[in-house]
Amino acid sequence: MSATMIALYVFVLACFIGYWVIWGVTPSLHTPLLSLTNAISGIIIVGAILVAGFGQGGGPAEIIGFIAVTLASINIFGGFVVTQRMLAMFKKKK
Amino acid sequence: MQLTGDYLALAYLVSATLFILGLKGLTHPASARRGNYYAMLGMLLAIVATVLTPAVRSYDFIIAGVVLGATIGTLIALKIRMTAMPQLVAALHSFVGLTAVLVAVGTYLTHSREGTLTTVLMAELFIGTFIGAITFTGSLVAFGKLQGIITGKPLVFRGQHILNLLMALLMIGLGIQFLLHNQFDALLAVIALALALGILLIVPIGGADMPVVVSMLNSYSGWAAAATGFTLGNNLLIITGALVGFSGAILSYIMSKAMNRSIASIVLGGFGGGEGATGAGPGADNTKGVKTAAVEDAVFLMANASKVIIVPGYGMAVAQAQHALKELADILENKGVTVHFAIHPVAGRMPGHMNVLLAEADVPYDHVFEMEDINPEFTTADVALVVGANDVTNPAAKSDKASPIYGMPILDVYKAHQIFFIKRSMNPGYSGVENQLFYQDNCSLVFGDAKKVCEKMVVELKAA
Repeated sequence: MSATMIALYVFVLACFIGYWVIWGVTPSLHTPLLSLTNAISGIIIVGAILVAGFGQGGGPAEIIGFIAVTLASINIFGGFVVTQRMLAMFKKKK
Repeated sequence: MQLTGDYLALAYLVSATLFILGLKGLTHPASARRGNYYAMLGMLLAIVATVLTPAVRSYDFIIAGVVLGATIGTLIALKIRMTAMPQLVAALHSFVGLTAVLVAVGTYLTHSREGTLTTVLMAELFIGTFIGAITFTGSLVAFGKLQGIITGKPLVFRGQHILNLLMALLMIGLGIQFLLHNQFDALLAVIALALALGILLIVPIGGADMPVVVSMLNSYSGWAAAATGFTLGNNLLIITGALVGFSGAILSYIMSKAMNRSIASIVLGGFGGGEGATGAGPGADNTKGVKTAAVEDAVFLMANASKVIIVPGYGMAVAQAQHALKELADILENKGVTVHFAIHPVAGRMPGHMNVLLAEADVPYDHVFEMEDINPEFTTADVALVVGANDVTNPAAKSDKASPIYGMPILDVYKAHQIFFIKRSMNPGYSGVENQLFYQDNCSLVFGDAKKVCEKMVVELKAA
């Protein structure tokens, strides 16, 4: 099995996990779901790190990588912090 | 210390598991915060593991980028008002899209420097760039509409769909050109076309369809991440992208179901004239056949009720009435009245919008109910108070087959003994359909700004 096929297996199985997990999310938390997925889609930072740290010095690729790392970090920190802020507001009656 | 091969794969596996557990935490408000911590831990692990791989040879740009991004992201997240959450979510989607494009271009440049480009890699790069670019500009347009920079009205012109189709075909043609001849210019042209297509796809969609658009772009941002995963052969990106992609897709489905419309009809756009709840028109004074009530009357009936159901909508968000509404609910409860909040799935500009605003105003989540749970309760409610919602309460959706909103699930407000409907003017909701509820004997309109009316009610109640 080629590497691409293995990746496809992983992708399809992950889709099923996504399907089951997301249907379980309570509707009242749909906005935190959006912001949490905002945060975790910042995982694209992995790709950005590989580009930004590819070589020494500042070639065009590394500069592009730097911008990408910055944007993905905004997503990660912005997403997690705002999710935390929102979830802290959801309280039961005292 | 350097991480290679199986150790890196293992770190990524743990990280992916933590993301899944994080999303699973959102099953209930009580477990949600722990879920967020799981996801944070997963992210930290993934970043540290990646930085430790031998493929990373310099750290300056990475550290600078993370510090800069962390500062900006944290500041925005701490300052943003809850009513502006839809805009923030849209902006963050656009960043994922742009990052996907940048990573694809960067990967092309680094791999061609190393001489390790393959056709499969180039095909994956092509897919990653166009999904990323569409997500980027599409989200920017959504952001502009939500922020009010661009009009919320759908922008429709002749030949729109044909133009989009032609552009998509041209994009695929250029993609093949890029694959066969390794022309970097062709890839850049693909990006330019995809950027334009992202704008054209979102402009025809009206402001009130935003819950679906926001969910759809959430989904695209996931697929963009997954496509990047394929280019980099990175399973963690593929898994996370698929989770996010499906999350957005399911939300889009739930939202379109709640409007009784197909996703296709929403994507093609053109529905809804504009911002029903926000547009206060002094010209629309057609109060013929409707009853109006003074704040004092409404307060008197609510204070003597045993059960009151409050129905908030987008108008509550616009007027910032949630805090006044919470105070009103508190006073009523102190008088022994049961107060429940009823939320329609598409109330507001994004999924769950009302829940967050009520939570911000300290309304306990066990007093807030979703449509299916609260609908049977309207028959026993003495008073239903509608604040800034409109179409989702229109009984025409059930009875009038000719109505454009026929078939849409609604909150059964019309079954309450008495309805008070706070409204700024007689303007119809975004669907442009007049609300039949107004002509019912048990419905009275209270004219005025939602916040001011609620505050006045609080004052009256305290005096009573």
